Amino acid sequence: MAALQYVTWQLPMTSELFLQYIFAGLTYGIIYAIVAIGFNIIYNTTGIINFAQGEFVMLGGMIAISLNPLMPLPLAIVLAVLITMMVGALIEIVFIRWLDKPSVLRLIIITIGISILIREAALHIWGEGIRSLPYFIGNEVSSVSILGTRISPQVLWVMGVCTVMVILLSLFFRYTLMGQKMQACAANRTAATLCGINTRNMVTLSFMLSAGIGALAGCVMSPITYTQYDGGTGLAIKGFTVAIMGGLGNSMGAVAAGLLLGLLEAFSVSVLPLAFQDAISISILLVILFVRPHGLFGRRDTAALKEF
Amino acid sequence: MKKLLGKSLTIVAVLLAAVSFLPPAATAKAETIKIGAILAVTGPASFLGGPEARTLEMLVEEVNAKGGIDGNKVELIIKDSGASPEKAISFAKQLIEEEKVFAIIGPSTSGETMKIKNIAEEGKTILLSCAAAQVIVNPVAKYVFKTPQKDSDAVRKIYGAMKDKGISKIAVLAGNTGFGKAGKGQLTEIAPEYGIEIVEAEVYDSKATDLSAVVSKLMANKAIEAVVNWSIVPAQGILAKNMRQAGWEVPLYQSHGFGNIKYVKAGGAAAEGIIFPAGRLLAPELLEDGHPQKALLIEYTKAYESKYNEPVSTFGGHAYDAFKILSAAISKAGPDPEKARDAIENLKNFPGTGGIFSFSPEDHNGLDIDAFAMWTVKDGQFVPYKQ
Amino acid sequence: MKRFLPLLALLALVISIQLLTQWTGTTYYLTQLTMSGYYAVVIIGLCLLMGYAGQISLGHAGFFAIGGYMSAMLTTRNLISFQNQDWVVLLDKFGLLAARQDLYGEAILAFQPWLAALIAIVLAGTIALIIGIPVLKLKGHYLAMATLGFGIIVYRVFLASEIFGEADGISGVPGFPLLPGVIVTGSFGARVGNYYIAWTLVIVAMVMLINLINSRVGRALRAIHGAEEAANAMGIDTARYKLKTFVLSAVLAAVAGVFLTHYNGGIGPSEAGVMKSVRYVALVAVGGMANLWGALIMGVTLNFLSLRGFFGSYDDAVFGAILIVIMLFAPEGLLRLNLAAKLKKLFSGGSRK
Repeated sequence: MAALQYVTWQLPMTSELFLQYIFAGLTYGIIYAIVAIGFNIIYNTTGIINFAQGEFVMLGGMIAISLNPLMPLPLAIVLAVLITMMVGALIEIVFIRWLDKPSVLRLIIITIGISILIREAALHIWGEGIRSLPYFIGNEVSSVSILGTRISPQVLWVMGVCTVMVILLSLFFRYTLMGQKMQACAANRTAATLCGINTRNMVTLSFMLSAGIGALAGCVMSPITYTQYDGGTGLAIKGFTVAIMGGLGNSMGAVAAGLLLGLLEAFSVSVLPLAFQDAISISILLVILFVRPHGLFGRRDTAALKEF
Repeated sequence: MKKLLGKSLTIVAVLLAAVSFLPPAATAKAETIKIGAILAVTGPASFLGGPEARTLEMLVEEVNAKGGIDGNKVELIIKDSGASPEKAISFAKQLIEEEKVFAIIGPSTSGETMKIKNIAEEGKTILLSCAAAQVIVNPVAKYVFKTPQKDSDAVRKIYGAMKDKGISKIAVLAGNTGFGKAGKGQLTEIAPEYGIEIVEAEVYDSKATDLSAVVSKLMANKAIEAVVNWSIVPAQGILAKNMRQAGWEVPLYQSHGFGNIKYVKAGGAAAEGIIFPAGRLLAPELLEDGHPQKALLIEYTKAYESKYNEPVSTFGGHAYDAFKILSAAISKAGPDPEKARDAIENLKNFPGTGGIFSFSPEDHNGLDIDAFAMWTVKDGQFVPYKQ
Repeated sequence: MKRFLPLLALLALVISIQLLTQWTGTTYYLTQLTMSGYYAVVIIGLCLLMGYAGQISLGHAGFFAIGGYMSAMLTTRNLISFQNQDWVVLLDKFGLLAARQDLYGEAILAFQPWLAALIAIVLAGTIALIIGIPVLKLKGHYLAMATLGFGIIVYRVFLASEIFGEADGISGVPGFPLLPGVIVTGSFGARVGNYYIAWTLVIVAMVMLINLINSRVGRALRAIHGAEEAANAMGIDTARYKLKTFVLSAVLAAVAGVFLTHYNGGIGPSEAGVMKSVRYVALVAVGGMANLWGALIMGVTLNFLSLRGFFGSYDDAVFGAILIVIMLFAPEGLLRLNLAAKLKKLFSGGSRK
């Protein structure tokens, strides 16, 4: 490969640099993980991959930015999350709910169509320019010092909010009745229906939930990454990759795979040209997938389920 | 199955026949001048094509309200290529053969322009590109012109400023767009002239949302005295933020792609102190009275900002220049494409937003290094850069 | 032989469209018909893989791009500065190099288009073979991700490599003389001839695929699609059949890539992008999955309209809307809709009220 001629080994690196890569990797990683969890929530109740997941992240950011001049930031974010959840529910009700035993591929193509439509609508509503929320604490140049490296406080916000989301979600699925009902849907839809669970409502709820967490992630990351109408596509691709790597439907797997991809990207910068970053990190993921065809943490039997 | 095939063929037949029977594009009235534009209004380069398309629409409206160019009404056909070369190719052929346009403005990116350079040449149609790369006009093609300033001049301007400061070891970052590619090439080529050594060079994705990892890598190299970033994408602001957050205080130079106040706003406090070359559109009111560009810059800024409620950018300016150059040529030579082409080639001292254009058969760009001034950011505003 | 009747009809249609445009003085429509013909070759190849063998590929633009980029690179890379080196002299002696002048008078010595095309297509086929072995062991979403990943890698490599022109891609690609006097080129004078070249390729590909589907191989593929385990148990070497189909559809994509690149005179990274792959998959789906004719018709029609800029800035939005509408209301593809019957039902229902 042409890339090889650029290889220059610079290791061992200083501990300071090492930490900086770790922080950068964890920031990307946790964002990928949140998007992947969004995929998983919907996958678990419906067996489909919702390719409009990235658009939820973009919508959350965009709506919060539009609301921010009118109200305090926390309120704008809460409202943006709620509105995006409504959009999620609306999508499910209008496009998915009434289909009778749809094939998986059909649903995937529909979600691809929806993602294109949301993106184009965003272009015509908000234009092609970049926007962002203000930093929650400090501004573009402020940083905090941790173990000798400096990072933006917003990075801590992203990591904190996403970690809390992951914990809350796992508590929700484990300990609340609603969460258990949704899990029952995932395990066996027919059986769940027989037990008196309204599986259709559970599907709507899963769309709302994944739209909500996507939107919240979109808000906290907006000051760092900016928000642009087409920012969702790239995230959806990375999120999908991570969801598969972690083993579809396995949220803890998604977190691990997300952090792995983030760290791979960050550390690949030290040895290879940045231009090849995606090519390298995805090649490594593919090799892992070939060795473990059901993902890092997926089980063989669940991977065989829910084919096209 | 057989029935199905039969049916499908009927459908093809109907569809294709319907298409073939569409009347050929309405033939232009004698006094209407058709101008085609191929711009990336949507897609990854929409931040170029958007303002360009809006500028052209505004100008054509203005001209037609005044009765056209010397009484010739202008009809503008904007084709949105979405920055895909294959679409640009299809549109170029469509505009030339089918619409028989007088001239084509655009495309927005150099990749697209290079694909249709030969098509314009073969179709003997004037092409006024809004893309920066120098290969567009080198080698010179008879019908192909471009309005953005030369990237080599931008590089010389930056290197000149660095030399004055005694900087000799730099890092180069570029976005993976045509603009970034061309800039990186010029930076590498011209560096030895100024005794400058490029210690590190990296190319990032135009959709990059965070550059902290690569900033950490570069920062670890203590030899680097300054960073030059060459891109037209939002990552310009992200890079500034990541550098300042990491506490890396070396000077940051950007390309003329930074000439958009939106990027300064997006960069916030981190944009302070960025040094970059650009035309004079950024702060026309600071020009001395009687400067040939002053009046038109103020007029364009006012008209655009009041119509579209967004700040002007140098990108829209490229389309402005293309249209004004074309109108000047038409009013000089009349509505004859060949004569208009000759008129553009002979246009001298023509003020535009990008600088003062003087074309010649060897120079289809018409701008020199004086088109640029060095700027910096202070208190969220563009101000002229002084040592 | 009956199954080839529609092909004869298609041939007649192709010819009559050309005559019609000639007659009405609208031959410029042929430009976009030629381009969409080449895209249709990718789409019917993918249709075989998805619809008949049941294997999704979200990376087919990658194969198209490998074909196009390799051919473009080999035919534009100027070897004139190496012309005294042994290997160049040797290549030249075997007639593998072609000297020409570009539009601006520069002398160029580069690979023969025939050789370049051959290398490009063989390379695409080999890559398909190598990655096909592990990739096709995956199923469902995992297969989708692996092929998507492959597409991204190809895109990134082209976008990052100087030899492939980075973001600008490659331009100035010369014509491709297939036979003496038959040249794949986009120059204005060669439009009619190139329309026939493109559609000959489409028809040849269709003949090949229809033959394949109706042969033993086609039956095996359908068995794999229906129930892979059962097919395996019956002694069908499923892995082998899947791999062969994968390689065949990749080669078709690469051939289309080579031809279109020479026709366009260049190629850019947008041809390798993920959205392009998604577009191909979507076109197969709206064509009705296991329906070569449906894929061909939808592919040609939508690409034709898109390349003419029919929907302006709403091109992507309209495409998204079409995907949704067809998948919601006609999941078997538009052609399977018994429109006449439905309309009749609608009207008779209406009149009763």
